[in-house]
Amino acid sequence: MTDMADLPIWAALLVAFLVLLGAVLTLIGAVGLLRLRSFYERVHAPTLGTTFGAGGILVASMIFFSMLETRPVLHEVLISVFITVTTPVTLMLLARAALYRDRAEGAECLPVRHEVGPANAGPDPSQGD
Amino acid sequence: MMRSVLPYPLLALSLLVMWILLNGLSVGQLLLGGVVAVAASAVMAQLKPAKPRLRNWRAVMRLALILPVDIFRSNMAVSRQILAGTGGRKISGFVAIPLALRDRTGLAILACIITSTPGTAWVEYDSNRNTLLLHVLDLGSEDWIKLIKTRYEQPLMEIFG
Repeated sequence: MTDMADLPIWAALLVAFLVLLGAVLTLIGAVGLLRLRSFYERVHAPTLGTTFGAGGILVASMIFFSMLETRPVLHEVLISVFITVTTPVTLMLLARAALYRDRAEGAECLPVRHEVGPANAGPDPSQGD
Repeated sequence: MMRSVLPYPLLALSLLVMWILLNGLSVGQLLLGGVVAVAASAVMAQLKPAKPRLRNWRAVMRLALILPVDIFRSNMAVSRQILAGTGGRKISGFVAIPLALRDRTGLAILACIITSTPGTAWVEYDSNRNTLLLHVLDLGSEDWIKLIKTRYEQPLMEIFG
């Protein structure tokens, strides 16, 4: 690997800041996973890590290696694209599994279930289709 | 002629860009990536997927500009809420959103947007009623139905028609 001292000071500071930002956001997401109460609340916490948490670290990596190799290194863009495209799949799988379980158990916190047909979905008047 | 060689130009272009990003830019890689892109999109054509048509590039641009800002703002909001602990408890809950968007690609992109905005999670989509069940971490006083519909669904409808 190339000598790290080659990095100009402004780039080093920027990279350090972005890595720290990404790491802190991911850590907060992990803390949220412990702290939040219900399953549906906890599902929100890791998205911090998959958006700006990962984003900060990836941008820092792009700047770092682009500066060292004096050519644009951009394949981190692919990582962020794949993360963005794949997280909804897992999230929906988890959320629907939880919803299925809670409905089977008749949990109270759930919204009114939409039966097939002209079922009433709630107080919102714009709901009718 | 163009149709038969490149049935899915956007797909072929994305594959070529991906190839270049992975292998670096050079004439050889450009040629090799081009061959891979054309061959792979020809295989894809055999599956006959629905062809998404981007109708409005300005709406794409507008959406691409507001998204990072929204994602950043909700990152901050969710972080604050987690760090506030039990003192700053907010009310979370489900919101049912009646959608007008029916295009599959549009819905997929809406799912990516909603998932990658911390604080909102896509829970269930009912294709019969075309309603989306959303879980929101901080319900607040926001009108979530209006927010999702005007901020994200409207531009997606303009893009995919």
